[in-house]
Amino acid sequence: MRLVLPNPDLEERIPSYEDLERMEKETAADRPKWDNKAQYLLTCVGFCVGLGNVWRFPYLCQSHGGGAFMIPFLILLVLEGIPLLHLEFAIGQRLRKGSVGVWRSINPCLTGVGIASLLVSFLVGMYYNTIMAWIMWYLFNSFQNPLPWSQCPLNANRTGLVEECARSTTVDYFWYRETLNTSTSIEDAGGLQWWMVLSLVAAWTLLYVCTIRGIETTGKAVYVTSTLPYVVLTIFLIRGLTLKGSTAGIKYLFTPDVDELMNPATWLDAGAQVFYSFSLAFGGLISFSSYNSIHNNCELDAVLISIINGCTSVYSATVIYSIIGFRATEKYDDCVGNNILELLNAFNYPENSITESNYNNVFNHLNTTNPAIIAGLPIKECDMDTFLSQGVEGTGLAFIVFTEAIIKMPVSPIWAVLFFVMLFCLGLSTMFGNIEGVVVPLQDLRILPKSWPKEVFCALTCVISCAIGLIFALRSGNYWLALFDSFAGSIPLLVIGLCEMISVIYIYGIDRFNKDIEFMIGHKPNIFWQATWRVISPLIMVVILIFYFVTQVSKKITYLVWDQEAVDFPTLEARPFPAWINVIIFILAGIPSLAIPVFAVYKLIQKKCCKQKDYSEDTLETISAKIQMSDKIKF
Amino acid sequence: MLEKILILLCLSSAAAGQLCKPDASDGYKVRLSIRTALGDQAYMWDKKEMFLFRSTMAYAMRGQFNGQEFDCETNELFIVLWNFPSVSNIIVCEETPRVSFWFVVTSPLNTSNLVDKKNVEEAVRKHRNRINSAFLLTDETLEFDGIPRTLEAPFTPDTPPWLIVFGVVMGTVVAGIIVFIGSSVVQKKRKKNRKTPEDEDSEEEESRGKTVENGAANEGVYNMSFSDDERFTRI
Repeated sequence: MRLVLPNPDLEERIPSYEDLERMEKETAADRPKWDNKAQYLLTCVGFCVGLGNVWRFPYLCQSHGGGAFMIPFLILLVLEGIPLLHLEFAIGQRLRKGSVGVWRSINPCLTGVGIASLLVSFLVGMYYNTIMAWIMWYLFNSFQNPLPWSQCPLNANRTGLVEECARSTTVDYFWYRETLNTSTSIEDAGGLQWWMVLSLVAAWTLLYVCTIRGIETTGKAVYVTSTLPYVVLTIFLIRGLTLKGSTAGIKYLFTPDVDELMNPATWLDAGAQVFYSFSLAFGGLISFSSYNSIHNNCELDAVLISIINGCTSVYSATVIYSIIGFRATEKYDDCVGNNILELLNAFNYPENSITESNYNNVFNHLNTTNPAIIAGLPIKECDMDTFLSQGVEGTGLAFIVFTEAIIKMPVSPIWAVLFFVMLFCLGLSTMFGNIEGVVVPLQDLRILPKSWPKEVFCALTCVISCAIGLIFALRSGNYWLALFDSFAGSIPLLVIGLCEMISVIYIYGIDRFNKDIEFMIGHKPNIFWQATWRVISPLIMVVILIFYFVTQVSKKITYLVWDQEAVDFPTLEARPFPAWINVIIFILAGIPSLAIPVFAVYKLIQKKCCKQKDYSEDTLETISAKIQMSDKIKF
Repeated sequence: MLEKILILLCLSSAAAGQLCKPDASDGYKVRLSIRTALGDQAYMWDKKEMFLFRSTMAYAMRGQFNGQEFDCETNELFIVLWNFPSVSNIIVCEETPRVSFWFVVTSPLNTSNLVDKKNVEEAVRKHRNRINSAFLLTDETLEFDGIPRTLEAPFTPDTPPWLIVFGVVMGTVVAGIIVFIGSSVVQKKRKKNRKTPEDEDSEEEESRGKTVENGAANEGVYNMSFSDDERFTRI
């Protein structure tokens, strides 16, 4: 009744249990090992917990029904995240190879899965490290008082502020003009921005020095990069709770709206968030777990890391929204204050005669008695909810909303430094996993000479990624990054994840897998794992993949542009992509996904061709081949 | 004596009434936001404060006429030198509970002529700081409607601070890379050196063993060139 696809010669490609026990006893110098369990756990936690926990999850939580979002999130965490995580840990630990090695061992036709992981890790690593470069730029600029994004520069004749800055805000101006120097469309490439190039080089060299010897160096670095974010989050929580309006933000975040549970988009977004949040299908986790000892309890690790990841998401959402609540309250107070001032000035009432509490009454009274004057005043609509929901996702959250909140806090530079150091550590620990997912398969593929040390592979990866990543340092770099983010890191990962599950359960064989886990941790995986691995998780992934594909293909792809001439400036304008972008999208999303079937077909053809030349592989049976003749035999 | 002064003041204000009116072409509207600026320590706006304002403006206007280029056509410069504006030349009207009012500056020579708007603006801009500090206010809380604030350029240091931090970080990183690569090169060299003395030792043992086993001491000499080749092929 077990559905297993035929897989001959599997035994010859994978180490047997006796081999594993023997390898365990011999301290193998050629394969790196974790110094202790804590290093392994911190590295995996660091890989999983990344910028998405800080700037994607809070937005999803708040926009899909607040507290009610926890329900689909937790359900899908348990049904999708934990089983996939356990699967990757177990297969890596059992076959003791990186992603290409593991899939090649299971079946040479599956090498494509490993190569797809390699390509996706490479593409995602490229644009992810650009975000790190932006974070470093902001970090470098935080060591001054007043912070550079708190002031508008003066215009040429010093009569007023620069127009772009006066129409938008100081933080917008610093982000779009002084950091990115963004152009108005993706076709307008502009030139390389030298300060961005410097930050990019800094980010890649810093990454290189941390990953130069693989887990020998990253294992030490994670002691800082994985723990510091939690310390900073706690500091921000304490600071945030003492600020006015923070509880408004937290209430806004968690107010449940149970109707959202009926919306399929909620479940889709929850599933996608769980999948991406766990950094599955990058190949890094398989690599990391292959350095474990053979009897390490991978089941417990998977559950532990999933819980830590989920809790971190909720914790950081609380912190982020407490600060957002503070900022929204400040903006609301400013808005109402401005309106009150306008009324006071127009009608010459004494100060403090109109306050926030009687503002509405007074305004209505004046509107009925003097509508003409009121119409001429620049009275703005002050809505707390608008302020709370402004730009709270992605780079907008970190570089616009949060920086604005920071300049309103006393002793701003310290908070800025802390915040950007936290973001930097979160991103850096994720990049360790990405580099692992590129370098180890590259070594396994044996395209380059084996004698080259790991330092050279790392250097090659970093230099090439940095060189190609220079497109993100152009004036249109931000738009390219958004493109990469939407397409390189979405559909290919879902496809790879699905293929991984099917490969392990149906090609490697669930029976063999169960026995392996029993050998490794001492007991067979229980009914929960069986049900999720075999049916539930693949089904969920198929559903998410289909929905994702359908929504991406059906909707017109647009990108948000910062254009001074736009009607709604400073709101970003949505513009359609030019036609040649479809080629780029195909390269980003299509090539990794297609690598899987293409390689499968290639290997099948190779096998069929090789069958005719089989005689070349037959070995002659001779005595001298069997007996070791060495010059060192002592007679 | 007091009544005479009072009558004089009333007369002058009556005469000035036509000069000072809202939207006067040579007048400015002033708005004070004392409570916003000082909160609990706000003072009451009364006649004393108004007198202070008028005297501060007179002080500013005096600075305006000192050695200034004056209208040569009217030939008033000679006379002005000892006819500075005084408090009575600053006329205020339209006071509101907001604490806003209009003021005009009459010419010291002829109280029915008003001083040009441009001169008043120049005087205010030059002495803005002193006027503000007389009232413990700032450019935002003591507004002259129509006179823009003098903007301070944001302080830009000579070397952007971010370059300094960048330099420090890059220096540490490059040093780290050199240390790591250097140490692995040194380690490899050491490994190689350790292997070659080991090989020589084992070969000497073999040759000794062989000669002993074969009985005769000089029966054969171990061919070292062959073992040299072996060393190379091992790589």
